[in-house]
Amino acid sequence: MPVIDVEKDLDNHRLTITAQFAAPVERVWQIWADPRQLETWWGPPTHPATVVEHDLAAGGSVAYYMTGPDGEKFHGWWRVTVVEPPHRLQYDDGFADAEGNPVEGAPVAHNSAELTPHEGGTRMVTTSTYATADELQKVLEMGAVEGASAAMGQIDELLAA
Amino acid sequence: MSDVGEDRADALFHALADRTRRDILRRVLAGEHSVTTLATKYDMSFAAVQKHVTVLQRAGLLTKRRSGREQLATGDVEAIRSVASMLTEYETVWRGRVARIDQLLGPRQPDTTSEGD
Repeated sequence: MPVIDVEKDLDNHRLTITAQFAAPVERVWQIWADPRQLETWWGPPTHPATVVEHDLAAGGSVAYYMTGPDGEKFHGWWRVTVVEPPHRLQYDDGFADAEGNPVEGAPVAHNSAELTPHEGGTRMVTTSTYATADELQKVLEMGAVEGASAAMGQIDELLAA
Repeated sequence: MSDVGEDRADALFHALADRTRRDILRRVLAGEHSVTTLATKYDMSFAAVQKHVTVLQRAGLLTKRRSGREQLATGDVEAIRSVASMLTEYETVWRGRVARIDQLLGPRQPDTTSEGD
């Protein structure tokens, strides 16, 4: 399994995932830097992503949408804050309307990715931070979640029925 | 999980194992209800509904307060969606992404644009 560590910082609403890949850092950087590669993994199989704008430079933006099984499109945006190829990327990720404009008041994740050479491959640490528990909850409710397998997730479904 | 955590999980699942209690919880999560009002929704006695409310309260799923002669019940959303459980749910998103990246990078994917290993 490529995931080697998961850390949950409850106070800061931050999820940190450490993964190990059997490819050099320059190759792993491409999954972020190449929009065609980015869209193959960003969305879950039920909601594949399409990247329509991709300017991976500090201050640049990325625009994408994910298409649900019934054709419904969920738009999102990134605002890129830090780019240091091929090692570091920081970006804010939020919801957009049908025109790709950021939705006011919708949750925004502050994300980062760090790639370092490790044991002949690449160690990638991604963090995702929400300012409040409320934002985190909204994101989950907005359905960007795949396979909510936890028992609590199943209870939520029951309650939402 | 700690013993306290296990005890809490027992209480939680017991409370949710009953259809009427799930229905009561749905209502009080949507807004505060008096126990009297809740009792009118079900084909059972006030005492029976009151008992269901107490089970939900013990499991930490709802809170009660008094207002005059009324008992008002509200669902505790925090209890249901603790930060820990939300992060666990969110974890599945990133685990999925990591698995897809691994597949993209691996030799099993014949149509990657750059060189295979």
